[in-house]
Amino acid sequence: MSAMNMVQALNSALDVKLGEDPDIMIFGEDVGYFGGVFRVTDKLQEKHGLTRCFDTPISEGGIVATAIGMGAYGLRPVVEIQFADYILPAFDQLVSEAARLRYRSNGEFWAPITVRVPYGGGIFGGQTHSQSPEALFTHVTGLKSVIPSNPYDAKGLLISAIEEDDPVIFFEPKRLYNGLFEGRPDDPVKPWKNHPLAEVPEDIYRVPLGKARMIREGEAVTVLAYGTMVHVALSAIEECGIDAELLDLRSLVPLDIDAIVESVQKTGRCVIVHEASRFAGFGGELSSLVQERCFYHLRAPIERVTGWDTPYPHAFEWDYFPGPKRIIDALQRTQEV
Amino acid sequence: MKNRPELSLHIPEPASRPGGEPDFTALPLQDAGEQRCPDTLAPESELRDMPYGLVRVLDDEGKAVGPWAPDLPADHLLKGLEAMVLTRIFDDRLFRANRQGKTSFYMKSSGEEAIGAAHSLCLGERDMCFPTYRLLSWLMARDYPIVALCNQIFSNAKDPLEGRQMPVLYSAREYGFYSISGNLGSRLGHAVGWAMASAYRHDDSIAIGYVGEGTTAEGNVHEALTFAAVYRAPVILCVTNNQWAISSYSGIAGGDRTTFAAKALAYGLPGLRVDGNDFLAIHAATKWARERALGNKGATLIELVTYRQAAHSSSDDPTRYRPKDEAEAFPLGDPIDRLKQHLIVRGDLTEDAYEALHSDCEKRVREALREAEAIGTLGQSKPSVKAMFEQVFKEPDWRLIEQRREAGY
Repeated sequence: MSAMNMVQALNSALDVKLGEDPDIMIFGEDVGYFGGVFRVTDKLQEKHGLTRCFDTPISEGGIVATAIGMGAYGLRPVVEIQFADYILPAFDQLVSEAARLRYRSNGEFWAPITVRVPYGGGIFGGQTHSQSPEALFTHVTGLKSVIPSNPYDAKGLLISAIEEDDPVIFFEPKRLYNGLFEGRPDDPVKPWKNHPLAEVPEDIYRVPLGKARMIREGEAVTVLAYGTMVHVALSAIEECGIDAELLDLRSLVPLDIDAIVESVQKTGRCVIVHEASRFAGFGGELSSLVQERCFYHLRAPIERVTGWDTPYPHAFEWDYFPGPKRIIDALQRTQEV
Repeated sequence: MKNRPELSLHIPEPASRPGGEPDFTALPLQDAGEQRCPDTLAPESELRDMPYGLVRVLDDEGKAVGPWAPDLPADHLLKGLEAMVLTRIFDDRLFRANRQGKTSFYMKSSGEEAIGAAHSLCLGERDMCFPTYRLLSWLMARDYPIVALCNQIFSNAKDPLEGRQMPVLYSAREYGFYSISGNLGSRLGHAVGWAMASAYRHDDSIAIGYVGEGTTAEGNVHEALTFAAVYRAPVILCVTNNQWAISSYSGIAGGDRTTFAAKALAYGLPGLRVDGNDFLAIHAATKWARERALGNKGATLIELVTYRQAAHSSSDDPTRYRPKDEAEAFPLGDPIDRLKQHLIVRGDLTEDAYEALHSDCEKRVREALREAEAIGTLGQSKPSVKAMFEQVFKEPDWRLIEQRREAGY
């Protein structure tokens, strides 16, 4: 075990998998010699060789198309899209090809690829370095979507994702790369050092896809969150003193529906938190699932705390971001009925 | 006073339209045997004239001439001819089946049969083809069961793709035939990735990928060419220039400006322009590119100059946008007639033997159709609806299990 931040934990996952399985190769823009703009692939080329970890042309569509072909051949490519915002040129490849290759070929071909994408706001990245495009992909069947919230899960989930025979989009909350973040613009980022989930085994271990993590048990309301918002929600819960139960979903596809239903049936209330904008966002799906399965247990309307339906702004970043205050307001509203 | 003309927007138009005389004078051609045949391992810098010529082997009499003439045994050529004849007969019968309401859709390869057949027979068993929808002759040349093709087209209970795909969008891994998607050009990058994986594994198989000339305008194609060039992937990237992308002539994709093979130049790849109705020329050029790839010299772009004789699909009417007799006027003739003529000139085929081959192919198609129709045409039988929920993921998640039950399966 050693204390790692999320970047180090992800790097460790890639490192151990490269060491274990010669079919794994890593590529993307700047991931080779330089080690990635966020340093997630730092020293992997030096350690494992040029053909195991290399740079690509600036061509997200080309990166994913190449990965699909390699995956169909029998390799397990892990590719990086430098920012989630840049995944759109690869959208057709992910939606029309990776997601459907197994289905349309009746299992003759499939794409065991992992697409790593740093996502989310809170870094003054403006509208092209801040987005959370998970709902674009959760709507497309055939793709899996995974979002870790801490270093331990990040490594274990990434290893599981790489070993999956289905294509996985692995969203990395870049605001959590180097430390904890509680959602206030003036808070300094706290290093992961003293957090229990920053104690990461050096070796291979797996966190299964489709299993939520119970962050905090409570009786008054269920909070569903993932990625960066897990920490923002926890901070809000602690601040307002409402006895909320907090579930970190960890993967949106597959989704741990049993954990969600069990919790909401216990608490009778539900607040859904995500960074992405609201309309037709993943929160809408969660809300609908909770309504369908927990209607007779609900004692208050389901609340959604999300980004607004605008592009992600630069100067208004903290007005857009679903911070602790908005979460507290929602938690309190659920207690008023 | 202006000393230059006003700007005006240029919209390319084909040489002739319905009611007009077919006109291929703008198509750059060369005589059979005229194009040089460089060493397969020659540096790209010595190959830059190639995209503007035309590799041709069969002359007007059906003789094989020039440096590209391959030395192929009679049975190989006869196998190619058989695959092409079978493809054309199959296409005609299944197109009719569409008109009879037995299937929702059909696409013919007519005029382009030499390409898939020559590639299929030229490439190795472990090489992988990333096809378009006009490469049926690839499967025919490798003896893919005709009845299974019919079952797929009818989406019946024995459809090998279990009713998930449109007709003719086959997948046949055992036959080196990758799954076809409806999105044009999106598999060219897969061919490059496959080839890169082969190189990474120090394997000895290559990939071949295809787009039509219209699809060269897609970003996918340029991405694939860039990756193929950068990583020196052992892949053959083909542009089937059949002159028409539905109703848009090749000039709409840039064909009036330069040849499609010449697109290779900017990527630092060799580009060959090949008579796509000449089985021998296609075979020779493909063998050249394959040897180059296996010599670790990377990718080759091949333009196959051909003509789409039939409609784009069963939902298209080409008489609305091009002269009715344009196919007959196409200067490179018909691929089946040309190979047949060559085999007769060689003394390996007689008119009678050809007639026997033709009726044998007709019989095989007829029997396969009868067998498939007995299983059912569109709507008469179909795979279990349970299959609709399978193969979405390797293992279904709770949604798919619940929804399958909700649907009653």
